[in-house]
Amino acid sequence: MPTGFEEKRKIFLGYRKMREKKSSFTPLGDRLHLLFDGGKIEHLFRDVCSKDPLHFPDYQKTLVQLKLKTNANDALITGVGSVDGIRAAAAQLDKHFLMGSMSSAVGERLTQLVEYADKKKLPLIIISASGGARMQEGMYSLFQMAKTSVAVQRFKDHGGLYISVLTHPTTGGVSASFAMLGDIILAEPGALIGFAGPRVIEQTIGEKLPKGFQSAEFQQEHGFVDAIVPKEEMKTAIAKLLRLHGYKGGPA
Amino acid sequence: MKAYERVRLARDKDRPKIGAYIDALFTDFFELKGDRLGGEDPAILGGIAFFEGQPVTVIGHRKGSDLKENLTCRFGMPEPEGYRKALRLMKEAEKFHRPVITFIDTPGAYPGKSAEEHGQSRAIAENLAEMSALKTPIISVVTGEGSSGGALAIGVADRIWMLENAVYSVLSPEGFASILWKDSARAEEAADVMHMTAGELYEEGLVDRVIPEDKGGIQADFDLSIRAIRSALKTELAELQELSQEDLVSLRYQKYRHFEGELEPDYADFNWDAIELKELEEALKEVVSHES
Repeated sequence: MPTGFEEKRKIFLGYRKMREKKSSFTPLGDRLHLLFDGGKIEHLFRDVCSKDPLHFPDYQKTLVQLKLKTNANDALITGVGSVDGIRAAAAQLDKHFLMGSMSSAVGERLTQLVEYADKKKLPLIIISASGGARMQEGMYSLFQMAKTSVAVQRFKDHGGLYISVLTHPTTGGVSASFAMLGDIILAEPGALIGFAGPRVIEQTIGEKLPKGFQSAEFQQEHGFVDAIVPKEEMKTAIAKLLRLHGYKGGPA
Repeated sequence: MKAYERVRLARDKDRPKIGAYIDALFTDFFELKGDRLGGEDPAILGGIAFFEGQPVTVIGHRKGSDLKENLTCRFGMPEPEGYRKALRLMKEAEKFHRPVITFIDTPGAYPGKSAEEHGQSRAIAENLAEMSALKTPIISVVTGEGSSGGALAIGVADRIWMLENAVYSVLSPEGFASILWKDSARAEEAADVMHMTAGELYEEGLVDRVIPEDKGGIQADFDLSIRAIRSALKTELAELQELSQEDLVSLRYQKYRHFEGELEPDYADFNWDAIELKELEEALKEVVSHES
């Protein structure tokens, strides 16, 4: 055990306690609370954390501050719960933690959840909001695109149902991997969904993009989204889809 | 050599393009075009050829060798049609039990209007997913710049190799600097911290083999690198072709399953070594005082 390890840990926990008393954490995973009956989520894999593979300047500082602010270890909240009495595995990639960017921890937690759903034969729901790759983790982040796609594909090959929910914004490496691989793809109204960001596209083509370009509605018009559902109605829609796939709720 | 010097070499306009590799390594190359969904994208080149007497499917980014071709190929930045053509050719390779060899050299997927309208995200995602389960060996060689999802979309492979002066990264160093530091001029500095060179990625286990280049760069002795690729292809293809389809796919799954930076298992812990005690206190104090 390196010197100072325990000391630093104690300091962190001390500050967390102080914060618990003083103010509330920025809660992550609001869509999961809306989705699960009674807002109840049984957290899974929350202890998987990214280190700092590139020793990137200030990355540790940013992470430790965000952990203190949100009381979460990374941008992805994973767990199981009931949707209208139907057991389901679900995850939410939350933009309030480094823009929901894909770190090693996000990729690993997501993969563990997909494998868990596969093993337990649970339907899988992933709600995304993300700017894409976690730059501070370099190639490790890029390879999470492959890792998560590979896991989702295997889950689908085994007969599992995967519902992907796109919220504002879902772009880059997340939209170009697991988020676009749902058997069913739902989106919230007005959400920005695309591969390249609008500014990058405008710089490349040298013109302004029309209003509504890359919106959820645009994506539906082009055939990439099954239905647009407001967040208040998402639970009802998902429960209906689960029943249409033969899932039945147990006793409430 | 500084990382950014390698970025320059990787992008050098005189660096051999995919055509040169095909001519040097294969015979009887037959180009196949079109995604069968209404599009043909020249930024991806694909076809069938013989490698040492056995048919293989060859797919790669085409940057173009003169300005006119550069423009038609958008400097090797594919549209969704290109990725869908690549996938169609891979599925055909699977059907006819041909190994797939891909050559990666791209600044990224094309960030254009029609690319978005035609589903760039979905096209890339589908390739990642389908390549992971393709029942035939795949070997990817990064020959120049491998940048972002646009590179990875033909790069999910059983073996990932890089030319000594090739680079492979989550984004171009210019894009990286512009996102993190709001200053694309700091690209050289970005290249240093990004771990994007063949040597670094090999050490980290993200790349399986580094193909040597002449001290003066690959142009000085193309044949040296070609000999290395040919001999590696011979050995490794033979090895991969001995595996059952089931083992092949399962080993590929395991390979990607375990791509991650080091992870820390305990809830409130992470790499405490990486942060100084003083820095930690200040960082935490900042959060708390900000709110009181």
